[in-house]
Amino acid sequence: MTDATQIQTAVAAPKRKRRPIKLENVVDHGVLVVGALFMLLPILMVLQLTTVPDAEIIKNGPSLKIGDQFDENFQKAMFEADGFSGANTGVRMLYNSFILGIGFAVGKIVIGMMAAYAIVYFRLRFATLAFWIIFTTLLLPLEVRILPSYEVVQSLGMLNTFSGLIIPLVASATATFFFRQFFRSVPEELVEAARIDGAGPVKFFFDILVPLSRTMIAAMFIIMFVFGWNQYLWPTMITTEEDMFTLVRGIKQMTQVLEGASLPEFGRSNLLAIIAIVPPVFIVIFFQSWFVKGLTESDK
Amino acid sequence: MAHVAIENIRKVYPNGFEALTPSSFQIQEGEFVVLVGPSGCGKSTLLRMIAGLEEITDGELRIGDRVVNDVDPADRDIAMVFQNYALYPHMTVRKNIAYGLKNRKTPPDEIAQKVTEAADMLNLNDYLDRKPSQLSGGQRQRVAMGRAIVRDPALFLFDEPLSNLDAKLRNQMRIEIKALQRRLSVTSVYVTHDQVEAMTMADRIIVMNAGRIEQIGTPSEVYHSPASTFVASFMGAPPMNLIDARAADGKIHLGERAVAEANGTTGPITLGIRPEDLIPHNEGEIAINVDIVEELGAHRLLHGSVGGERVTVHVGKDVAIGTGNLQVGIKPGAISLFDTKTGLRLS
Repeated sequence: MTDATQIQTAVAAPKRKRRPIKLENVVDHGVLVVGALFMLLPILMVLQLTTVPDAEIIKNGPSLKIGDQFDENFQKAMFEADGFSGANTGVRMLYNSFILGIGFAVGKIVIGMMAAYAIVYFRLRFATLAFWIIFTTLLLPLEVRILPSYEVVQSLGMLNTFSGLIIPLVASATATFFFRQFFRSVPEELVEAARIDGAGPVKFFFDILVPLSRTMIAAMFIIMFVFGWNQYLWPTMITTEEDMFTLVRGIKQMTQVLEGASLPEFGRSNLLAIIAIVPPVFIVIFFQSWFVKGLTESDK
Repeated sequence: MAHVAIENIRKVYPNGFEALTPSSFQIQEGEFVVLVGPSGCGKSTLLRMIAGLEEITDGELRIGDRVVNDVDPADRDIAMVFQNYALYPHMTVRKNIAYGLKNRKTPPDEIAQKVTEAADMLNLNDYLDRKPSQLSGGQRQRVAMGRAIVRDPALFLFDEPLSNLDAKLRNQMRIEIKALQRRLSVTSVYVTHDQVEAMTMADRIIVMNAGRIEQIGTPSEVYHSPASTFVASFMGAPPMNLIDARAADGKIHLGERAVAEANGTTGPITLGIRPEDLIPHNEGEIAINVDIVEELGAHRLLHGSVGGERVTVHVGKDVAIGTGNLQVGIKPGAISLFDTKTGLRLS
């Protein structure tokens, strides 16, 4: 009854009455606002620090004052180097980070997909065993095997190269696991139909499986890109030449100079920290819908 | 179009389970053969062996003049329609239909022409650029058929293609498939567990049970002279009445009364009578105590018992009969006799 009258008034008077504010909405939004501030405030604080001169930061610490150093810091951060060679400019480090993030993500997806394809679709002896061995490597993250890994990369002469940075990291139990689960959910009949249609293993993989995995690939790409972008320990060990520094690793280098007379360049490193956040954030925002789709549904 | 020969084909799974005992039969050119049986009877296994999706343990399979035991499915010159359609979800209808041709390196203009022909035949012209997810079940089934047709195969294989459709659409598609097969006159093997589909579509029915062929025959043969009690109870809805009886003195005795001629056998016997061959009749030999009447509009089914046995009688809609005692007679010549122990037909 109330519904009917509401509809009638709505039709008669297009100017809708504002909905009454409910207490639970206020509480919900209150929680969200507090949560958002909790997450945002440190970033805003860092942003504030990029606008004041370094000396002031040493003297006063964080404050509410917004200074005029932002432009200068940005110039320094992006285009000036702080090392000996002058190679580790912000732009260069950003480029290196992108190479690492993309190489890392693409490599993991390619290797993971191929491994999962072999495990799921080919009648290999000990395929399940192989899968579980791959799976247990989740228990052995890079940090555990960092010395042997370093030794191998070093003796292969891959220090200070992109391949040395990326290849030791691309074998991925996570991606293999996700793709295995996804491939297992692809109906058996699809494989058989493709066989009758004359598609061999390679054709089936590229014509059917890869397009079907689109959303899954996108989801994996986001996770792996952010993961690769944020790698710190491995690049720190592998890259000693400044033109190979990634952002995350380079920032650390900058704040390490609190010796002698020079001040650490807080403004500049803080700005680079902000810049380092931006690409992963954008990737997540733009691919958000794909991400959710990939992990929850499939268009099979 | 091709002649198919299946000789002593057998399937044993690695775990030792024998899914198909050695079986042989021939399929003539252009014939529509239906494999029917309950689930797990080996009918799908047999079809998948013909398709090449399942290895043949023993025996020989010939399509045309070629032994194809070790030939890849793609090279057997067959097309298959799957139960859940197995359309490629990311491709449009057009690409779905063309995919097999593309893989055989057919020239693009020939592909386009064949796809158009198939689409015309199946009324799919308006849907060629849609994805399978935008189609209804019946349309998807048609696309799956289209994919089979364009290949112009020697042999069509159907694996329960209608069981995902609702009853009304199933009846319609049944006729469409049959008509299409007639028009193209392609040899076809069709697997179903639905005996109505088998009866209505088949030139010949192969009834299977527990990995064995029970009977091969035309629908009419299978219906009227079932080779075993299994076939008798599986084919027909409601199934054939199977009553324990006794043969003596050249007659079949049900209780104390002689109900039919026995053809030379004596001792316990199983008497099979189709429900529609029991005719209500005041002087009928059999007295049935009817306890349930199923009203089906065009006819009625009377369920009752004779002695301890359940019996169904099929009567026309104009025969007004309720529950209670009923005398029925047997239509002359309409009985089947089975060995009580083996269940096999006694000729």
